[in-house]
Amino acid sequence: MRSITFSEATLEAMSEEMERDDRVFIMGEDIARQGGIFGQFKGLPQRFGFERVKDTPISETAIVGAGVGAALAGMRPVVDMHFADFLGVAMDEVFNQMAKIRYMFGGQTIVPVVLRAPDGIIRSAAAQHSQCIESWFLHIPGLKVVIPSNPADAKGLLKSAIRDDNPVLYFEHKVLFPMKGEVPDGDHLTPIGKASIVREGKDITIISYSLMLHRVLEAAKSLAGSGIEAEVIDLRTISPIDKETIFESIAKTKRVMIVHEAVKTGGVGAEIAAIIAEEMLDCLDAPIKRLGAPYVPIPFSPVLEKLVKIGVEDIVNAAQEIC
Amino acid sequence: MTRIRLFEEKVNELFLKGEIPGFVHLYIGEEAIATGVCQNLRNSDYITSTHRGHGHTIAKGAQLKPMMAEIFGKRTGYCKGKGGSMHIADFSVGMLGANGVVGGGYTLAAGAALACKMQGRDDVAVCFFGDGASNRGTFHEAVNMAAAWKLPVVFVCENNQWASTTPYRTTTAVENIADRSVGYGIPGEIVDGNDVFDVYEKAARAVERARTGGGPTLLEAKTYRIKGHFVGDPELYRSREEVQRMMKENDPITRLKERVIAEKRLSEKELAQIEAQVEAEIREAEQFAVESPFPEPHELYEDLYVEGGVSNA
Ligand SMILES: Cc1ncc(C[n+]2csc(CCOP(=O)(O)OP(=O)(O)O)c2C)c(N)n1
Repeated sequence: MRSITFSEATLEAMSEEMERDDRVFIMGEDIARQGGIFGQFKGLPQRFGFERVKDTPISETAIVGAGVGAALAGMRPVVDMHFADFLGVAMDEVFNQMAKIRYMFGGQTIVPVVLRAPDGIIRSAAAQHSQCIESWFLHIPGLKVVIPSNPADAKGLLKSAIRDDNPVLYFEHKVLFPMKGEVPDGDHLTPIGKASIVREGKDITIISYSLMLHRVLEAAKSLAGSGIEAEVIDLRTISPIDKETIFESIAKTKRVMIVHEAVKTGGVGAEIAAIIAEEMLDCLDAPIKRLGAPYVPIPFSPVLEKLVKIGVEDIVNAAQEIC
Repeated sequence: MTRIRLFEEKVNELFLKGEIPGFVHLYIGEEAIATGVCQNLRNSDYITSTHRGHGHTIAKGAQLKPMMAEIFGKRTGYCKGKGGSMHIADFSVGMLGANGVVGGGYTLAAGAALACKMQGRDDVAVCFFGDGASNRGTFHEAVNMAAAWKLPVVFVCENNQWASTTPYRTTTAVENIADRSVGYGIPGEIVDGNDVFDVYEKAARAVERARTGGGPTLLEAKTYRIKGHFVGDPELYRSREEVQRMMKENDPITRLKERVIAEKRLSEKELAQIEAQVEAEIREAEQFAVESPFPEPHELYEDLYVEGGVSNA
């Protein structure tokens, strides 16, 4: 195994899939000549040409819609959204077209599109460049949503997403791009729809994903110091949610907390908490706990921005409240 | 054209009898546009359609039985009863779907054209849209992208003067939608949307241009919406006389018949035979739809995702 960055891992995934299948191509704003804001497309056009690695006009509806149209005509497009926040500009293409075409037309076609959406708080990018909006897409039948927390899954999930015949939203945290980690050699695939247990424990289940998972792991270490052994689940896919892994863990620990960077209201945590309340309430020894950002847009000032971010301390304190 | 007209007259009748659920938007009076354009297309070419999509679908070569069954919401329909009138698609003939979202087809057509280009095929995509739809932002994004990338796509505006209850002149400052082509650096052309020969000839040029790498064209077919916006529309926004006058003076089917008779290409008798044949087809389609079963409850969950998801193809 080698240690490479998250960004390099996604680059490997892209080039391996483009090599493997000439129907795969990628388009987005400033991805070809610039190589992507986070270096995640560097060298691809030199290798595959500017036809398969396309700089687009600043036309989000056209980029996403053309991705969908190209998929209907036999291609397997990957579309880069620049920032997840701009998905809103192309929302009709995402939820009325891409998500519904297969079902609405009675399964006549497949819609193998991947939307890559860099998300998350990054230093003072403020309200329109820092959002975590993954939960919007849980509410729309027809989409799959994945969100890796480390380079190995970044590669494995992107490859699986490209090979999936369904439309997939691939959220990648901006802060994670330079983060290094071990990635298996060869054709490494991470299954969509399967969470992973990244730390075993018996006292509480902490469910998280993306950047927050790293904070949760730090918190788990600190909790271990005070005698609380947390089991940590990396969701990896948030639609469909891997209920089985969650339920098995809760059956063991009897306590559960969900941690994400996104606003707590209407977040992924709300959905998971509801599922657990519906199906596992008898099993619990304490109330379900959720940690998420307060109900405000992400502020600019570093002082205020710090207040919406969840720190290791917050996680430790919240866990202690229910243990 | 007759097939579209008679099919829709039947749909109209069945809707008014309460046999068809949902909304139905009729294409009656605009048949020359879909017909004239699609006569230039092959099976492997693509079209995207609108909420008023029956005509486009038939003109592209779809079968009447599964169309009618779909409009009834039956499992034998093109979309197994999940789409209905506003969401008919027949991917086997390159009909990529009617669209319940006005202006939803532009970007899909551009994408299909992009795929044709990338795959080295000389197939094209045609995007049908209304004058109302031309004011959606996606029009700008898709036409600009298609022009910049010289995609093989033809944008066909069906200017029937109405967007629901709102007349064209109250929402749009340009005299002609075709004039907008200037802003994108592509040709724009006006055709008489009630003259199938004019539509055919000008669409032929646009399709050929797209096929041979010349890029997109914006065609504007001038026509008039004879029927209400949807079946059951009380049409309080315009006078009966206006509509009757337009139909009397400018019915595309009457014009077609008069011309082929004058040019001695077909006799009245032959035309009557065609009509009788189409009537029989439509009776069969109706019977097929009526007799077909509705979907079973378990079908509710079918076709949402591709099972397994990961394809190794
Ligand atoms: C995005 C969107 N806005 C509004 C509507 C409601 N609507 C359906 S058809 C229509 C009028 C469309 O007019 P036009 O594009 O000229 O087509 P026509 O009905 O005349 O064929 C409207 C406003 C819709 N379906 N989608």
